[in-house]
Amino acid sequence: MAHSARRDSPELPDFSVLKRLARDQLIYLLEQLPGKKDLFIEADLMSPLDRIANVSTLKQHEVDKLYKVEYKPVVSTSDQLCFLIRPRIQTVKWVYVVNADKAAGKFKRYKIIFTPQKFYACETVLEEQGIFGDVSTDEWAFYLLPLDEDIINLELPEFFRDNFLEGDQRWVRTGGSALHLFHSIYGPFSKVYGIGRCSKMVYESWREQVKEGEQKARQAEVGTVFLIDRDVDFVTPLCSQVVYEGLVDDIFRIKCGCVEFGPDVTSSDKSIKVMLNSQDKVFNEIRNEHFSNVFGFLSQKARNLQTAYDKRRGMDIKQMKTFVSEELKGLKQEHRLLSLHIGASESMMKKKTKQDFQELLKTEHSLLEGFEIRECISFIEEHINRQVSYLKRNQFSNNLNSAWPCQSYGVDHLLTFANLKQLGLLVEQQPGETLTVMESKMGKLVNDKTAGKLTDAFSSLAKKSNFRALSRRLSLVPKSDEEYDLRVPRDMAYIFSGAYIPLSCKLIEQVLERDGWTGLEEVTRLLNGHEFAVTADLRPQSDAQRIILVMFLGGCTFSEISALRFLGRERGYKFIVLTTAITNSARLIEAMLDNHV
Amino acid sequence: MMKSKADEEDYWNSSKFKAFTFDDEDDEFTKLKESRQAVNSICGLVEEEEDEDEVEKVSWSGEPVGSISWSVRETASSLREQSFPKIDTTPSLPKNSSGYSLSSLFKGKEVLSDSSVRLYAPELRKPKSEYKVTAVSLEKFRSLQEKLLLLDEAVGVHDGNVITAVLIYLKKSLSKEVLFRELESRQTALRHFIHYLTESKEQRLLLELYRALGRTEDEALLQYKEHLRITDENKRRDFLKSCVSLPFSPEDAGHVQDHYTLLERQIIIEATDRQAETGGKVEIFQKFPRRASILNMPLITTLYYCCFYHYAETEGTYSSPANIRQTFRIAEKQYFVTALAARAKLKAWHDVDALFTSRNWLGFTRKKSPLSFSRVADILSKNNAPVQVLQEYVGLVDDVELRVALAQKYKCHFIVISTYRDLKDRQLLLGYRGKVERGSEEERKIDELLSNPQIRWKN
Repeated sequence: MAHSARRDSPELPDFSVLKRLARDQLIYLLEQLPGKKDLFIEADLMSPLDRIANVSTLKQHEVDKLYKVEYKPVVSTSDQLCFLIRPRIQTVKWVYVVNADKAAGKFKRYKIIFTPQKFYACETVLEEQGIFGDVSTDEWAFYLLPLDEDIINLELPEFFRDNFLEGDQRWVRTGGSALHLFHSIYGPFSKVYGIGRCSKMVYESWREQVKEGEQKARQAEVGTVFLIDRDVDFVTPLCSQVVYEGLVDDIFRIKCGCVEFGPDVTSSDKSIKVMLNSQDKVFNEIRNEHFSNVFGFLSQKARNLQTAYDKRRGMDIKQMKTFVSEELKGLKQEHRLLSLHIGASESMMKKKTKQDFQELLKTEHSLLEGFEIRECISFIEEHINRQVSYLKRNQFSNNLNSAWPCQSYGVDHLLTFANLKQLGLLVEQQPGETLTVMESKMGKLVNDKTAGKLTDAFSSLAKKSNFRALSRRLSLVPKSDEEYDLRVPRDMAYIFSGAYIPLSCKLIEQVLERDGWTGLEEVTRLLNGHEFAVTADLRPQSDAQRIILVMFLGGCTFSEISALRFLGRERGYKFIVLTTAITNSARLIEAMLDNHV
Repeated sequence: MMKSKADEEDYWNSSKFKAFTFDDEDDEFTKLKESRQAVNSICGLVEEEEDEDEVEKVSWSGEPVGSISWSVRETASSLREQSFPKIDTTPSLPKNSSGYSLSSLFKGKEVLSDSSVRLYAPELRKPKSEYKVTAVSLEKFRSLQEKLLLLDEAVGVHDGNVITAVLIYLKKSLSKEVLFRELESRQTALRHFIHYLTESKEQRLLLELYRALGRTEDEALLQYKEHLRITDENKRRDFLKSCVSLPFSPEDAGHVQDHYTLLERQIIIEATDRQAETGGKVEIFQKFPRRASILNMPLITTLYYCCFYHYAETEGTYSSPANIRQTFRIAEKQYFVTALAARAKLKAWHDVDALFTSRNWLGFTRKKSPLSFSRVADILSKNNAPVQVLQEYVGLVDDVELRVALAQKYKCHFIVISTYRDLKDRQLLLGYRGKVERGSEEERKIDELLSNPQIRWKN
């Protein structure tokens, strides 16, 4: 199971320094407001904050009480209030407490800390409300949150919608700054490749920032960077995930490296939250595996554990003592982990069996290959009809019109469909067009618990014909007549049961192999261009050269990370993923929703 | 590029996809169950000592005590115990720290060895390109030409924050007409402006902008979106009615009309049914109390609801499924799936039967279905249909292999038996004899077939 890595693989740099940096900076900001203060934290920021600090850290710096930022009156009695928020107009409007206090004749000190940066539009809100000046503002440049030894997250899910749907470039500089921070600690980079409009802009922003700052000569730890826009490849994140970590994310939703397993997994009456990362020895061995390999591994582990426990029978006191002090703790930990992941696997298996998952996968795979179109359509039809809530990929022929999903998923989604069209994910078929197929995807969207029904929408791949051509050119779909042994993967296609190599990862592989885009002209043309490859005037170091930072603008999936880990093992690279957020098909579709005020 | 039929079959039957299936309950699942048992069997040892383990608490017991999320909840739950707020009379004058400053930067690693906090502090800086857009200096741009130059400059540096900052200034200092006119040819700036207006909820200005740009469909959609704010169903219905005449694209116009008609009906149905439910006279509402109001539910949910509670009604009533089907032009297949699911849920097998039965001109009945019978069987089995009901539909599956597979899955033994008989496959039949209950009717049937001299077995 554990793949033997190439022995010459370079070591990953230590990212804990990023956490320390963020923590120290926060402390500095808190000390700018001396004395006791209450801290109001935006909901989305709590988990990231938990990863780098804890309550005692905050208490040490005179934070008295902690609250969530909400749209309701503030009850704090402290005379210093500090708000830690994302730069969103809506949230700033919630800080209306100031006006209420002023009206009541109370004078307090207020401070808003925006993270990772402030926006002019937010300060305009303060100005318009007449409290600019009463409230001081600051920035906490907390860009990089290491989620694992090879994953760094910006935790900015809104990057995707703002940039690709709304066409708002507010996060471009943020991306550049994040890259700059990384560069100043782990650089200097000697090669930067990229593809996508946003990637290009982020690169430019980063370059400007490097130019303005001073950079001391230093031994590079990471030498190569690859920037990629999410809209270069929408197909991959829309596919159902079948690699363990991806599947856990699809089903239980991993939040900031942490998942909550409910009673059905823990087989008790309580839920527990578990950190999922390389520290978890059991998880670390199965996270990149195709789900079908996980069972065998887990049962082998269970047997080994049984044997290890059984050893204590027939031990004398002294042996027992050694056993307890040396082995028992490890065994107990492993036991707990094992029972948890077995529980999770069972629960996922049950859920997926219930959902016609096998057929869904079959449909997805056919769509990727582009045949059995009629069967696919009928599968999708029936599921739209049945308002099936899980995710799936659709392909519509001209006998289908968009009226239909509306009927099932609720007219409110009219606006959602408008968004999907905007992104080119949904294309209405022109009558008379012969079986040009377009791919689309339906998603679990709004979960209306009362009715127990789910309202969904779907999307399609506008670059319909392009995907086919790209797939052929890059051989994304392996030949079907060859056997694919998922236990011994031979390429990145294993993450989708051997049916499809993720386009995003294939591009990275190709560019690294060719040391640029030469020979890929047709591919970049199909992807609407915006590719670049820049080499710095540095003497490259071979080790740093093989540690590659891949920056996903608009999010990446766990499956893609697994694929890159596989590629790294095969080729002797180490990949570090820097992403604006972890995404999956559900999150991608949710980002398109417009059925709320 | 279409592959041949043979290729396709081959693809799905090739071993690479057989290796693992989520539908396959026995093989992998048993493995999992075994490991679960193995793990559970060592539970005794672990539980007795569980609580001593302090080290693991941090990463394991969900949110550890002391985590920030935990503490926020604690504060929230303790709020009720709060005494009267302290009245603080000492005035404090918060300093207006910086004006508008852009992103902070960090020095590199050389700083990190130094543990002094201050060195990590953000260093505020104003690069040349952004210097132009600080709050103070914006006021200097008075002429239209200067303003537009500033805007184009901002767009050129690809910083959305700066673009929006300039737009906010232009919004304050230019008339709408002029601003809209200039934005028309500046798409990037225009999109930023639209997003800004959306976020700051300046609906009216946004509508004016769309109108000025001639983007009537966007204008209509934006107006339509307002219905989400209206919670009272009658007001919402009236609002939707007023939306019908907005300049939507022809297709969207149809949806909006349907939305209005649907809500109008839901209001009528809801009023009648609520009364019937509280009156306690109508049996179905007593046996299956409604879980939620039907208001604002999607069309198909409404159809399902009507198939559930109002199936037998004549086409004349608003709540009859047939009427809904006709009014909203629901496709045949869609209607079937919904009606089937609703009647199966009620275990009204007679209705299910009637749904698929059609009579030809000679008066013979036969089963017809717009969706495959394997699907029908699937839906029925998920609603716990008895074998007698299931086998009728499994038996209608054309594909022999699929039929046998489904029959085995749903334990429709007679279908398996008769299929093997039709295949004249003695060996399979013999093999199946071991799978049915001893002394059962099924076993007798198999024996009867096996000893039937008239069947010419192929093996």
